[in-house]
Order: sequence, then structure tokens, then C-alpha cells
Amino acid sequence: MPKDHGIGASQKRREDVRFLTGRGRYTDDINLPGQAHACFVRSQVAHGRLNGVDTAAAAAMPGVIRVFTGADFEGVGGLPCGWQVTDRHGQPMQEPGHPVLAQGKVRHVGDPIAVVVAETFEQARDAAEMVDVDITELDPVIDMKAALADGAPKVHDDLSSNLCYDWGFVEDNRAAVDEAIRNAHHVTTLELVNNRLVPNAMEPRVAVGDYNFATDDSTLYTTSQNPHVIRLLMGAFVLGIPEHKLRVVAPDVGGGFGSKIFHYAEEAFCTFAAKQLRRPVKWTCQRSESFITDAHGRDHVTKIELALDKEGHFQAIRTETYANMGAYLSTFAPSVPTWLHGTLMAGNYKTPLIYVNVKAVFTNTVPVDAYRGAGRPEATFQLERVIDKAAREMGIDPVEIRRRNFITEFPYATPVAVEYDTGDYHATLDKLLEIADVAGFDKRRAESAKRGKLRGLGLNCYIEACGIAPSQLVGQLGARAGLYESATVRVNATGGLVVMTGSHSHGQGHETSFAQVVADMIGIDENMVEIVHGDTANTPMGMGTYGSRSLAVGGSAMVRATEKIIAKAKKIAAHLMEASPDDIELKDGRFSVAGTDKSVAWGDVTLAAYVPHNYPLEEIEPGLEETAFYDPSNFTYPAGAYACEVEVDPDTGKVTICSFAAADDFGNIVNPMIVDGQVHGGLGQGIGQALLEGAAYDESGQLLTGSYMDYAMPRAGDLPSFTIDHSCQTPCTHNPLGVKGCGEAGAIGSPPAVVNAVVDALQRAGHSNVTHIDMPLTPSRVWAAMQG
Amino acid sequence: MYAFDFERPTTIADAVKALSAEDAQALSGGQTLIPTLKQRLASPSRLVSLTAIPELKGICVADDGALCIGAATSHADVAAEATAYPALAALAGQIGDPAVRNRGTIGGSLANNDPSACYPAAALGSGATIVTDRRKIAADDYFQGMFETALDEGEIITEVRFPVPEKAAYIKFEQPASRFALVGVFVAKYAGGVRVAVTGASEDGVFRWAEAEAALSSDFSAGAIDGLSVGADGMIGDLHGTPEYRAHLVKVLTARAVAAAG
Repeated sequence: MPKDHGIGASQKRREDVRFLTGRGRYTDDINLPGQAHACFVRSQVAHGRLNGVDTAAAAAMPGVIRVFTGADFEGVGGLPCGWQVTDRHGQPMQEPGHPVLAQGKVRHVGDPIAVVVAETFEQARDAAEMVDVDITELDPVIDMKAALADGAPKVHDDLSSNLCYDWGFVEDNRAAVDEAIRNAHHVTTLELVNNRLVPNAMEPRVAVGDYNFATDDSTLYTTSQNPHVIRLLMGAFVLGIPEHKLRVVAPDVGGGFGSKIFHYAEEAFCTFAAKQLRRPVKWTCQRSESFITDAHGRDHVTKIELALDKEGHFQAIRTETYANMGAYLSTFAPSVPTWLHGTLMAGNYKTPLIYVNVKAVFTNTVPVDAYRGAGRPEATFQLERVIDKAAREMGIDPVEIRRRNFITEFPYATPVAVEYDTGDYHATLDKLLEIADVAGFDKRRAESAKRGKLRGLGLNCYIEACGIAPSQLVGQLGARAGLYESATVRVNATGGLVVMTGSHSHGQGHETSFAQVVADMIGIDENMVEIVHGDTANTPMGMGTYGSRSLAVGGSAMVRATEKIIAKAKKIAAHLMEASPDDIELKDGRFSVAGTDKSVAWGDVTLAAYVPHNYPLEEIEPGLEETAFYDPSNFTYPAGAYACEVEVDPDTGKVTICSFAAADDFGNIVNPMIVDGQVHGGLGQGIGQALLEGAAYDESGQLLTGSYMDYAMPRAGDLPSFTIDHSCQTPCTHNPLGVKGCGEAGAIGSPPAVVNAVVDALQRAGHSNVTHIDMPLTPSRVWAAMQG
Repeated sequence: MYAFDFERPTTIADAVKALSAEDAQALSGGQTLIPTLKQRLASPSRLVSLTAIPELKGICVADDGALCIGAATSHADVAAEATAYPALAALAGQIGDPAVRNRGTIGGSLANNDPSACYPAAALGSGATIVTDRRKIAADDYFQGMFETALDEGEIITEVRFPVPEKAAYIKFEQPASRFALVGVFVAKYAGGVRVAVTGASEDGVFRWAEAEAALSSDFSAGAIDGLSVGADGMIGDLHGTPEYRAHLVKVLTARAVAAAG
């Protein structure tokens, strides 16, 4: 029988009451007295020398308070990069400056040059058009391989080339991998593109800077997934404001998908300008502006080789990837194609030798950084595509070839530096075959054929590393921050409690699921638990939400803090009942003395903590409030198997997804309904990448897909009703909840299933030359593939 | 959006007069013009709304059997009320989304003549007559290339008259992002012959496929065009489809439209 409360209950999301009735409070809902409005003047060319910016006409326009240019930011820090990758030769990556406003050059369409601050946004916008920018256009570099050619124009004049780094992983394996591939029975090679995506959170980015002249305090309200990270980066590296004088608030946030992890120029600008002008300064991104300023995702060009023995056992994998960084290094950009990608190249399989080479390249395009899955979708896509191709080449069933190579014993140390703690890949694959009714495929295919449609079945496995991340490990890998998480549990005298978490919820439902955990631990009603997040003024230092980490890391911190609360409460209860703390049991919100009928209620204990008239003051302090920081000892490794069935229209190339099934192992689950929703959303984004989405630049560096007229987002009608299952559970062995994380799985696991299915459909229809089609699989591309 | 003056006349005569002012721009449902204004890509000094003129609205059947649609009639109204011409009603019901269909008008669509819009295919495929405040223009003379029409400065479409065919159908293949027609084909069979109009495909805007019309006029079946092909020259090539792909789709969709027309 399904639970109706506590861990494991599909409780409806309490935050939805305000979201669905229009009572959410997003950053754009914040309007401060005396607020001025900012409008950015942005580069319309991809690459150019900035000769001068004449602001005189703009400054004279009605309502204009001040026009800022790069000159105003001399002496102010640049936007920092939070991860330093070391290249194959032991050298640090090339790390260019990233000014808040352009200095000397513009490097992508959308690069900010000047900002008009005026009484109203319309006035700022009118005046922005009067800013006279003198630019000498330079040849841009858009294509990554062209950017690395001798004599290519340089995005950053002070760097030696457009190569950010040439990374080898594991470099010591390189010779052995080369030899294994040379001597292999069979080598399958695949070249592919992991298409560039525009994140498109429903809520565009917004920043409101505020400055209190009386106290010299600055406040930034912003659309962020990690307000403490923004406070640290912006305060310490950009504006030089000590953290105790800077507050960052990320209130309700309407989706992030990674794009709101990063510290952006507009945040620093609004905070800086508010202090300069002694007025609040607000900026709200226009949708078309977000296309050219939000960090994009993916954009890898890869060649992968898989060596197999004659039974189809994987012997070695070698990959060469070009990863687009865009024009600047966004906050975590260098880590995505390296440590979030290379470490996952083993997948679910015991391949003994792996070598991953990644060349990160600067181009005159919008910076690229983490987007839902971040590196893991890129790893999964190439691996699961090349396995499918190998299976076909060797005449082995795609299910069978995967089973032959599954890792079955845990813990398992991969040749790419991570150790999987637990998993059961046969079990999730068995579950998938059942829920997808793979056995009935031939019948469905025959039925499709009667209607003139080509049906295909694609399936794949995936694994991801979540619960990011062990601080000491990532420190060795180049992270410039710790990746622990924090929680403070504050119990009130009357028994209700507030959990202040460093995690941030922007769609994940933390306010519901986190409350379920704490309420379950104590045995009280969830409505007695309030979850507070998103404000550096009232939450402990936390690293925020991304990498499917909130429950695994933030939830673990919360469990630790709650354990401290319970331990102290037991001491108080023991005192009240004149018993030993060791004999106190807590169940259903009552403390009892083991083996007796003596008990006190949770509320009696909390009241005693704050009204300590009868209280062991000589032994313990009054009050009931505890903080815990949790630093994970390993990543978590959610894994699963996905299947997709498609119909291809042979006349038009249009792909219709008939069904999609997902069998995931997320370890223990707190709220199955929220997990369903996370998987649905991830699948929607993964299918969007596979069939619809793709950012495209022309040769001059103009974004061809700069609006929804040309950038195709998935809509409900593009998606089937999903069949999902997460009953296969191998709990994480190293965090107290045994949870693994579910936020990114759908986006990681689904693109190869879709492409495998389309290739399968075409192969079965006799298009034997079609071994791959690059995403998005638009009708035009699929039709062209069928033309041979 | 830049500032502009706004007028909302209630008669055609007042509208014509208002549009004679320098730099005045007619506004119907605004489904193209308003986004253009919001992006500051146009800056008319005066907008003249055509949506408060009763004479421009409504659907009726004329004595000669033609379906007459007032220029300011919304797509939703055509979808619901053009029962005398089911293929046209179906076309209107597939334009954009409900919000677009409730605001957008047939006159606005034809005056704009977007090369990927649906209505131009229906008007040309039906041999419709575009009635303006000053004259009647045959569809064959009206469409003059992408965003180009026979309308003079300040001329207002008042009504569109569609001869009702024996059979007709419109098949649209959507561009995945915008959901405009990547290619759309309207086929109509009249006593005097078959008309085939194609939208979305050509750099010259909506056009008639003469060879298919001839073949279908003698044999109105999908197979009748088997031996025909459309050249890729002059077809639109973009992110969403090459000229070759669009040319291919013209034939595929024509056959499907014939099949759908029955």
C-alpha cells in the first residue's frame, strides 16, 4: 500500500499551491523603491575591435541616469572561472579575462558593451539605441577545427591560440589503448556531433542590485541556482565586497537546467551600479536576449573508437572530442567536457582500457557551460551510439552485447578514475524489456508497415555521476570550490521547525521532499516542517543545486543536522523522564523510555528546550538548533536502461515517437511522484535534443536560431505518454538516505535511445548505409539520410 | 515598441482616410505586426486598427455560391463558420495556436503574404477574388512574391470571395519551430479544372504547380502526379530544409492533398 506521509510518499508539492495560483515571488516580481532600470547595449557582430563608445547622445535622452561602459569597470575584477583544467602536458589551461563590459574587443554576438540606466526600462531602451559604438569588424572563428588551424583569428589576442586545453585522460593509458585498438579483432568507429543547445528556462534571468548607503550593505536579487556561490564569486573576485557586506537572494526561480548556476555580467553590473548610483538597479532579460547571453550547452564534435574481441567484449575505447567553450570561460565550463565527461566513458561496462582526449576551443560564440546532465549526456550518447553500431557490425543483438559487457560486481573501479559503489544493470535492463514490451515489437512494426511507416526500436543504458561532489577529489581535479552542502535545523518552542538549506529549489520540489525526510525522522506531520532556501542572509554557506546533488548531498546535511537535533532532544527527554539518554526511543513524535510506559511528546521536549525551567543546564545548552555540513565520500551513480520506439515517415523523414520507456535505479526514493516528474522533464529535454533543438550559427557568427521561430522546443504533442519505472533500487552505500539523484537522468539517457531507434527503423527498411544521423533528427536530415 | 498614434475607425471610408496619413500602417489581428513592433523592427507613426469595422467581419454565401469572408474575420471564426467550404475551414483551424487564431485575420494574412503562411495557398488554390476598398483583384494577379502583393499604398482588403470547389484539401508540413508551413499544398477540384497552390516552398512566395494541375484535371488521383517532379531551383533553403527537400515535399504533399480531398 502506498505511503501517505514520510519517506516514500507521493505527496503533492506544497510549493505548487503558490506557483499554480500565480502567487510565486520571482525576481522580476521584486520592485524596490527608487528602482532604476538597465538596458544593455550588446555587440551585433561576432568579433571586432572596439574603438570607442560615444555615450553623449544617450546620456542626454529623457530619463537617463547614467550610461556605463567598459571604462567604468577598469580596476574592477573580471568574471572568474571556477575550475582549472590541467592539460596533457601538465600545464594549466589558457584562461582569458572576462570583463563585465567589453574592453577593447567584442567576442560574440551579445557581448555587453555598455549599459544605460534610466528611470524606466523603455527610456533605457530608447537611450541604448543612441549609444554610438565604433567597432572594426574582425574575421570571426565559429567552427572549432577552423579555430585551431594555423593562422586562425584569435578570440583572445593575449593567448597563444584558440586552444583552451588539450586534455588526456587517463594519459598514462594512452599507449596501451592505442595498442589494444591496433590489435583488436574488430574496431567500430563513429564520428558524431553533440548539438549545441539553448537552455530556455521558462523564467528568463533577472538581477536587481540594491545598496544601503547607511550600512554600506549590498544586496543582489537574482535568478540563481546557488546564491552563496554567486556571493562568493562576485564579492571576492569581481567587486571586492566582503561576504558579510553582501547578501544574495535567489527567490522563486522558474527553472535553471544549469544555466542559472553561473555568475553572469548582469549580476555584477546591477550590484555595482546600485552602489555607484545609490539606487536599486534592475535588469530583466528579454527572451531574444537570453538566446545570446545565457550559457549554452553541449556542442561537442567527437570521434569514438570501440575495440572488441570476437565475442563482442569491449577491449578499449578511444575518443577525440572538440568541445566548444564559446568566447569566454563561463563559471564551470572547463569541467564539463573533462571531469563530468571523461569519467563517465566506462558507462555500465567493464572496458579495461579507455583514453579520452578533449580539445577545448575558444570561438566567437556564446559561452558554453553545464546544461542538464553536463558532460554525462555527451559521454552516454557517443558510447551508446557506438555500441549500437558495433552490435550491428558484428551481428550481435544490441541487448546481448550490452549484457556481455555489464559490470556486475561492486564496488567497481573504472579505468577512468571513479568507483561505482553499487548497481544492478541486468535488473534495470530486464525491467526495461518488460515495461517496453520489447517482445511485442515485431507485431507493432508489422502494424506500422501496414500504414506505410517505418518502425524502429532503440535502447541503451546509461550511468551518471551525481551527488556532486567529494571536495578533496574535485579539488585535485581543478575545482576552485568545495562541493559539500549544509543545513541548519531550527526547532521552535512549540515543536515546529525550520530547515535552512544551502540547496536551492527551482522546480525540484525540495520544500515538499525535504520536509518529508525530516518529518519522517522525527515522526511528526510534514506541515510542522518549513524549508527555507535561497537567501545567503538566512541559510548556511551552501553550494546550491545542480548535478542531481540536492537530496544526496543537501539532504544528507539535513539528515545529519536532524540527527544532532534528535540526539539533543533525547537528552532533554531523558532528563524530563529521569532516565538515561541511551534508553530513550523516538517513534511517531514521542520519546519513550525503553521497556517502560513512560513517554513525553516531541512538543514537551521542544518547549523544555526553550523554557528551561526543568532542564539540565549544567550539561546541555538551552535551545534546539543544529547545523551540519556534509561532504560526500564519493559520487552517486544512478543508472538505468531506456527504450524508444519510433515511426519514420519514409516520404517526409518525419520521426514520431510512439513510445518511450525508462527503467531507472535511483536508489532509495523519497517522493515517487516528484521523481516521476523529474524523469518526465528530463526525457522531454533529451527528446528535444534528439529531434528538435539545435543552436546554429552562420559563418559570420550570427545565431540563426535566435528565437522560437527557428529554435524548436519540444511541446507536449512531440512527446508520448512515458512508461517509467524506478522499482529497481540499489541504495547508495555512502550517504545516509541511500539516494542517488534523479534530476538529470532523463536528459542523459534519452538521446541515444531516440537516435538508435531511428537508425534501427532505417536499417530495417533497407537503408543499410545509414549508421548515424546527427541530432537534431529533423525531417529534412532523416529524409536526406534516406536518399543515400 | 516605439510610440505611435492609434486610431480605430468604424467605417471603411474612415479607415482609408486614416491610412492616407504619412507613415500610417494598417493593423488587423496583429499576429505579425505586433511582434515586429515589439522587437522595434518597425516604427510606424500611426496604427490604424481595422478590427472595429462591422462591414469587414463575417462570413456569407453569395448568390453565385462563392463563400465571402470579411477581411477582419478571425481564423477561429472561419474555422468554425466556413461550413460551406470545409477544406478552407480546416486550413483556418490549423493556423498557429488558439491565441493566434482568435486574433489573426484572413485579410491581415493575405495583405502580409508571408511566404510560409497558409491562407495564400487557399486563396490562390481556390482562384479567390481579393476585394479591396477600390477594386477586385484575382488571386492569380494578387500574389507578387515574398511579402509582395498587388495592394497599393493605403489600400484595404475588405473581403475575400472563394468559389467553392467540388473537392479540396490542404496539407501542411510544419516547420518544427515556428509551425508555419515548411511546405503547404492546397488542392481544389472545380468543374473547370484542378488548381494546386504551394506555400512555404518557393523564394517567390505562393505559386501554382501547373504540371500537377494539368495532370490532376484529367485524372484526379494521387497517382496522376507520379511521373512529375518539382525542380529545386528557386526553392527556399534554410536550417529546416534544403531546396531539394522542399521540392520533394511539394510532390508528396500534393499527392496527400489529392488523397485527402477524396
